[in-house]
Amino acid sequence: MGEVELVLPAATSAAVSTDGKLVGLLVISGLITLLVASLLGLFAVRFRRGSKAGRSRLPNWFSRELETVWTLATVGLFVAIFAWAASQDFALAVPPARSMEIHVVGKQWMWKAEHPGGQREINELHVPAGETIELVLNSQDVIHSFYVPAFRLKQDVVPGHTTRMRFHTEKTGTYRLFCAEYCGTQHSAMIGRVVVMAKEDYADWLTRQPEGDDLEEDGKKLFVSKGCAGCHYGSSQVRAPRLAGVYGSKVPLSDGRVVTADDDYVRDSILQPKRDVVAGFAPIMPSFAGALTEGELVSLTAYIRSLAVTETAR
Amino acid sequence: MSDIPYRDVDVDGEKPGGRLMEESYLGERFSIWSWLTTTDHKRIGILYLISTTLFFFIGGAAATMIRLELFTPAGDLLTDDGYNKVFTLHGVVMVWFFLVPVIPSVLGNFLVPLMIGAKDLAFPRLNLLSWYLNILGGTFAVWAMLSGGVDTGWTFYTPYSTAFANTHVSLTAIGVFISGFSTIATGVNMIVTVHTMRPPGMGWFRMPLFVWAIYATSLIMLLSTPVLAMVLTLLVTERLLGLGIFDPNRGGDPILFQHLFWFYSHPAVYIMILPGMGVVTEVITCFSRRRVFGYAAMVYALLAIAVIGFFVWGHHMFTSGQSMYASLTFSFLSFIVAVPSAIKVFNWIATMYRGQITFEASMLYAMGFVGLFTMGGLTGLFLASVPVDLHLHDTYFVVAHFHYIMVGGMVSAFFAGLHFWWPKITGRLYPETAAQIAALLMFFGFNLTFFPQYILGNIGMPRRYHAYPDAFQVWHVLSSAGAVILAAAYLMPLGYLVWSLIWGKRAPSNPWRASGLEWQTGSPPPKHNFLANPKIEGSVYDYHPAQQPRREPSDD
Repeated sequence: MGEVELVLPAATSAAVSTDGKLVGLLVISGLITLLVASLLGLFAVRFRRGSKAGRSRLPNWFSRELETVWTLATVGLFVAIFAWAASQDFALAVPPARSMEIHVVGKQWMWKAEHPGGQREINELHVPAGETIELVLNSQDVIHSFYVPAFRLKQDVVPGHTTRMRFHTEKTGTYRLFCAEYCGTQHSAMIGRVVVMAKEDYADWLTRQPEGDDLEEDGKKLFVSKGCAGCHYGSSQVRAPRLAGVYGSKVPLSDGRVVTADDDYVRDSILQPKRDVVAGFAPIMPSFAGALTEGELVSLTAYIRSLAVTETAR
Repeated sequence: MSDIPYRDVDVDGEKPGGRLMEESYLGERFSIWSWLTTTDHKRIGILYLISTTLFFFIGGAAATMIRLELFTPAGDLLTDDGYNKVFTLHGVVMVWFFLVPVIPSVLGNFLVPLMIGAKDLAFPRLNLLSWYLNILGGTFAVWAMLSGGVDTGWTFYTPYSTAFANTHVSLTAIGVFISGFSTIATGVNMIVTVHTMRPPGMGWFRMPLFVWAIYATSLIMLLSTPVLAMVLTLLVTERLLGLGIFDPNRGGDPILFQHLFWFYSHPAVYIMILPGMGVVTEVITCFSRRRVFGYAAMVYALLAIAVIGFFVWGHHMFTSGQSMYASLTFSFLSFIVAVPSAIKVFNWIATMYRGQITFEASMLYAMGFVGLFTMGGLTGLFLASVPVDLHLHDTYFVVAHFHYIMVGGMVSAFFAGLHFWWPKITGRLYPETAAQIAALLMFFGFNLTFFPQYILGNIGMPRRYHAYPDAFQVWHVLSSAGAVILAAAYLMPLGYLVWSLIWGKRAPSNPWRASGLEWQTGSPPPKHNFLANPKIEGSVYDYHPAQQPRREPSDD
């Protein structure tokens, strides 16, 4: 048997405040359980059949008043707990000034992470301490859930959706990583570790990883090799929208809607091109669903995003 | 005052061959055929008792295998696929073929007409049909199990269930789909019976709270089960015909499935617990010899749970990526739905205040229910808080939480009711001491099994894991040890209740001196329930301190 574990390390700022809520709830529910158990016990003994305890009539107003009192008390207590817990959501909802984005893909049965500089790892995630990190999560197949108990956070990774999980790392250490959403045969083997390192160590670690192309570079190559450039670039014969400057802009669609070209829009346009056709263009693009892996989609999206940046820079 | 009789268990009921036995629903000529074609609500209740007991032991066998596997960290007893199939079987069988039907269809079927002084339910043949549908659905589920099983979990999450699982998903889904019609049939029957067959003198607010609980449950059954039918139809359609509904590769959305599934499955939790609340109210009032505290509040609490329960489904999806505002709204509503449950707990306790309490086995089960339900409910508040749920969702904390409600709560309540009405149903008394020991053993075994799972969840052990890190083992060993005790405690009633059928003392018509109409007829009741019209006098919980005049109004 391994060592007995009772207390989890708290490795993020969210973990610290979640622990506060947990302890608070534990105290409140402990007290209520104690109250219920002692009243049950007390009445069971005191009013057991034939005991000498007094059983005179209660006045009629008594039950009505009591009912009102404990209804209001319960409502008040529960709403207060709700407000206390909800305050944490509002605090976390404020986007930080800057964050570091790491792309994570879940697939049966492994986690693949890609750092901004193109470093890749499997079933491990190295992150610097004292930073706000935003994981951009995609699934290649079924629903997974990225769960780090020491962070007190989990986020489902849903195919067809891009989900995000943001945390501020505080304590260095090595922590367990689980898949929390049942995903098939080897669900319980879809585990790994998250290593929170001091900033210098993280920088050092990055340099020791094999050189890989970063996401944009990777996406640029895919843009050519998968044939996107054939229509969307240069002096192509096919009439298709040019992509420079598209990302982040408002795009008018053929059915009159106007959408903002964000990650989800780019992704949908690749996988379901007939859904949001740009005004003035024919729906001639084939779907790339099945032809691209989640990782490739992430790279392509990064490349298209970079086209917007260069445009503004000019 | 201890010389005043408070129960009649020492009085021998009528001997076989007596007038009552000949006219009883059991004594009427016996043949398998007469039972399989019966439209008598009491006999259908017995049929349901036999089938749900069978399903309970199938589901229990699966639970035993789960606990055996988790005794050690390595996945050494079952293969990973084998384990996944076993926990799926446990969930599917326990939810749809035990928990949902057990109280409404066994006790509800038997007792609702008796409690309102009616001859039968409103639609006796629909009642029989509901049993056959339940058996047909169960047959599909067992067939799926025997031909290789299904490995999606009872929640059938997409796109795993539609595009990835290679097991008998459709067969199981069809089984559950069919059993849903059985649920709807029972619900309709109960609603119509309560509306149309109450005798003169029994207004809505003079009904026993068990009848109110079954009524509230039936409303939920009627309104939520069709959504289950829809979502299962869509699932099978996508799986067999390839239509893109939930699978993103075919243009569907997997989150849509979760919304539809939980729109049924959260109210279904209340389908499973409300009848238990009804049973416990009857038992606590009887063995406290006390009028129920706050009758009207108890009724409104049942109805409030039934209504608000429909608006909290999103609390199963805090981690799915739904918007923060949606999560907070569902969080708020989940806190609100806990209020009526808390009111009921306080009312049960207040009912005991100034009572004349005795500790028959049913009362022990009912008191166990109050404690365990309180703990299950309070841990629900943890999961209703969004930030805390982000940590605890899909861990063993959730497993412990719903087992406290479903097993600690509902199964305890079922045993409370089964022991309370056993003399009425069978005309026999079981050995009280054995039953009391079983009740205590069940309480102890239950806590040892499931309390460690709260701790496991809190230190991060995810659900549905076939193998786990060594650090979690201590708590799993405790839990498995508790399961052994729990299993023994469940086998005990099977022993002494069956024993009582043959050797048990004959029960008088009102062994507990309880106040409901069902006690005004013989044990077992005659075929048409009452030989003479039952007398409705005073309030339904007319337990009164012996020194007080019987009819004097009192609100305490």
